[in-house]
Amino acid sequence: MTESSTPQDYVPGTHPDLPPPVGTTGAIGWARKNLFSSPLNIALTLISVYILISIIPPLVDWALVKSVWTAENRVECWGKMEEPEGAACWAFVKSRLQLFIYGFYPQAERWRAQLSFVLLIFAILPVLYDKLPGRKHWFWYVVAFPFIAGWLLVGGFGLTPVDTDQIGGIMLALVIGVTGISFSLPIGIALALGRQSNMPVLRLLCVLFIEFMRGIPLIAFLFVASTMLNYFMPPGTAFDLLMRVLIVVTLFAAAYIAEVVRGGLQGLSTGQHEAADALGLNYWKAQRLIILPQALKISIPGIVNTFIGLFKDTTLVLIIGMFDPLGVGRAALADAEWAGLAREVYLFVAMFFFICCFSMSRYSLYLERKLHTGH
Amino acid sequence: MTTLAGARTTDDRNLIARLWGNQEARSVIIQIITMAVVLALVVLVLRNIAINLEAIGKEFNFNFLGAPAAYDISFSPFIEYTSRHTHLRAAVVGILNTLLVAACGILLASVMGFIMGIMRLSSNWLISRMVYVFIEFARNVPILLHILLVHGIIVTTLPPPRQAIDIGANFFVSNRGFFVPAPVFQDGAGVVGIVFIIAIIAAIVFRRWAKQVQDTTGKIYPVFSICTAIIVGATLLAFAVMGAPMSWEIPELKGFNFQGGLALKPEFLALWLALSYYTSCFIAEIVRAGILAVSHGQTEAARALGLQPNRTLQLVIVPQALRVIIPPLTSQYLNITKNSSLAIAIGYMDVVATIGGISLMQTGKEMETMAIVIGVYLVLSLTISAFMNWFNRKMKLKER
Repeated sequence: MTESSTPQDYVPGTHPDLPPPVGTTGAIGWARKNLFSSPLNIALTLISVYILISIIPPLVDWALVKSVWTAENRVECWGKMEEPEGAACWAFVKSRLQLFIYGFYPQAERWRAQLSFVLLIFAILPVLYDKLPGRKHWFWYVVAFPFIAGWLLVGGFGLTPVDTDQIGGIMLALVIGVTGISFSLPIGIALALGRQSNMPVLRLLCVLFIEFMRGIPLIAFLFVASTMLNYFMPPGTAFDLLMRVLIVVTLFAAAYIAEVVRGGLQGLSTGQHEAADALGLNYWKAQRLIILPQALKISIPGIVNTFIGLFKDTTLVLIIGMFDPLGVGRAALADAEWAGLAREVYLFVAMFFFICCFSMSRYSLYLERKLHTGH
Repeated sequence: MTTLAGARTTDDRNLIARLWGNQEARSVIIQIITMAVVLALVVLVLRNIAINLEAIGKEFNFNFLGAPAAYDISFSPFIEYTSRHTHLRAAVVGILNTLLVAACGILLASVMGFIMGIMRLSSNWLISRMVYVFIEFARNVPILLHILLVHGIIVTTLPPPRQAIDIGANFFVSNRGFFVPAPVFQDGAGVVGIVFIIAIIAAIVFRRWAKQVQDTTGKIYPVFSICTAIIVGATLLAFAVMGAPMSWEIPELKGFNFQGGLALKPEFLALWLALSYYTSCFIAEIVRAGILAVSHGQTEAARALGLQPNRTLQLVIVPQALRVIIPPLTSQYLNITKNSSLAIAIGYMDVVATIGGISLMQTGKEMETMAIVIGVYLVLSLTISAFMNWFNRKMKLKER
């Protein structure tokens, strides 16, 4: 034992900081704290590691390492593998990629689909990114976008008309999703205001509509749209199927938006209403300047969740015979050259929806943090 | 004369303007106009329906319900059904199948959701991350895709019945479904059932009495273990006294498929499992948020009062977390019920697939069949929300 290691050699308060004990910092400390803190945790960690080892490597092998990316048909595809059907055959998805994106949209008119997609990006930008220069002037373009895109896709007024049943794949999902989102928000807000209004008749009508829409699955409404909505119209007028689906999906989503916005409206204190009255604002000015900005801010997570749900629900149109990405995939599987590759198709479609919906939910989280002005 | 008429019109305008200026009168005017517009729309739609139906020679009536359905339903576990039965019976089979898959789904999704929600809060980083990745992947992909995927896995990757996987205890897994032993009740099983119900009532009475004793004297009985003992013990005793009036019917391979036992068809399994794990991801996040919403001070206060950890959980944490959990949980239960309508995509015969699908196609009665489907779902949704509202009121903070 050496003299210098005894504490008496230091003037109190001048002892240099000792390093933290080994095993409480760095990777080891982290692992001890987060993975092996108790016998139960050790067991859970070992089980998890075992599950991960038995799932991840075979999956990566199947999807990436051993997969085949170029082939003419499934026999050739399987021939290129070490063992037939032992890996993913992405050549199938690659050969049907155009079908997945555009559905049966005529080859010669696809520039219109591409143009409306570019226009969509320009319409989404000012909505998502509030530091965009001249954002206020974009507003009218954003409002006009659904109509411009509708004209581009369907044609008429100088463009070659295209039957709406030829719109399919990712394009169809985007058409239904974007239409539903852009029209259900204003209708939903109006319904929520109606439900909160102090006029009993208006309130009753809104409550009836909202509860009716929310009590019944979308698939039943899609059946109504496909089989009997034309009975409701004056004789001689016939909407095409896509139009009917758009109406039904929009009204359906509007009921859910209305409930989310109502939550936001109820979250405001009555003091806000009274303050607006005290300032002498009339109903609409009070709503526009004081109530709705705050209520919508609270309800952003719910609204985005509704949009995510709406976008996922676009797949249901396959049941009434429309070709959304999943429907296109199932149609492609009917091809004898490629039959039996369902896993690849489902995984591809799943990845598409996952990327769209996951980024939407991340954006909602970012917005929530940005708008959080409390403490 | 002209001046008089002119004066009258300005007077009228003044009257309307005055009425419009008055807030109450204005609200009455707006409501009358709204009502008139809505009524006019309804009348217009009804008139259109009448004209359109007459034009194609259809009538609006429910007579077709008594006619033979002439189609088979492969899965009818509760009531007997053959293609000679009526459309009405087919609709009832469909409703029962919807109820079955919704009830099973709610049960499994709740269990999985609570477990996954607690795993998300685990201090074990790996467990929490793994569950997080699973939740994010499952809930950002459409439910229809999950259903088709699970159905595809069961039908294409599992072996046929002849090479069925025997997972022990007479459970068999094959691409025609899962086969499990079915309980067969003999004479005297009814008595066991009655004893079971009486035991439950006795347990409830005991719980009330124990609470009274605790309120007056402060003495605490181990209520949970005594109740379990009463229910399990009495039932087992009755079971033994009546001479074990139950046996198992074991599934056996005959020809190309299993006979006997309880068969869980691939369609039912796929729908049930997919609905459950998809919804359990949402429930897990709700549970997590609910538990996090109970502030840590509550736990500390309970410990300071000298409560044991398990009683802290039972008396302090869970009741407060449930208050946050129940309202969103209700909408998830409603979602399971409504999403069970996707059964039609894989051929599970629920109410949409029977009366709203095949019956509609065969009879051409779109209005009537869809009215039945919509009515069934409305009743189901309203019942579930009424029950959950009652439960919510019961769990609500009782302020004095």
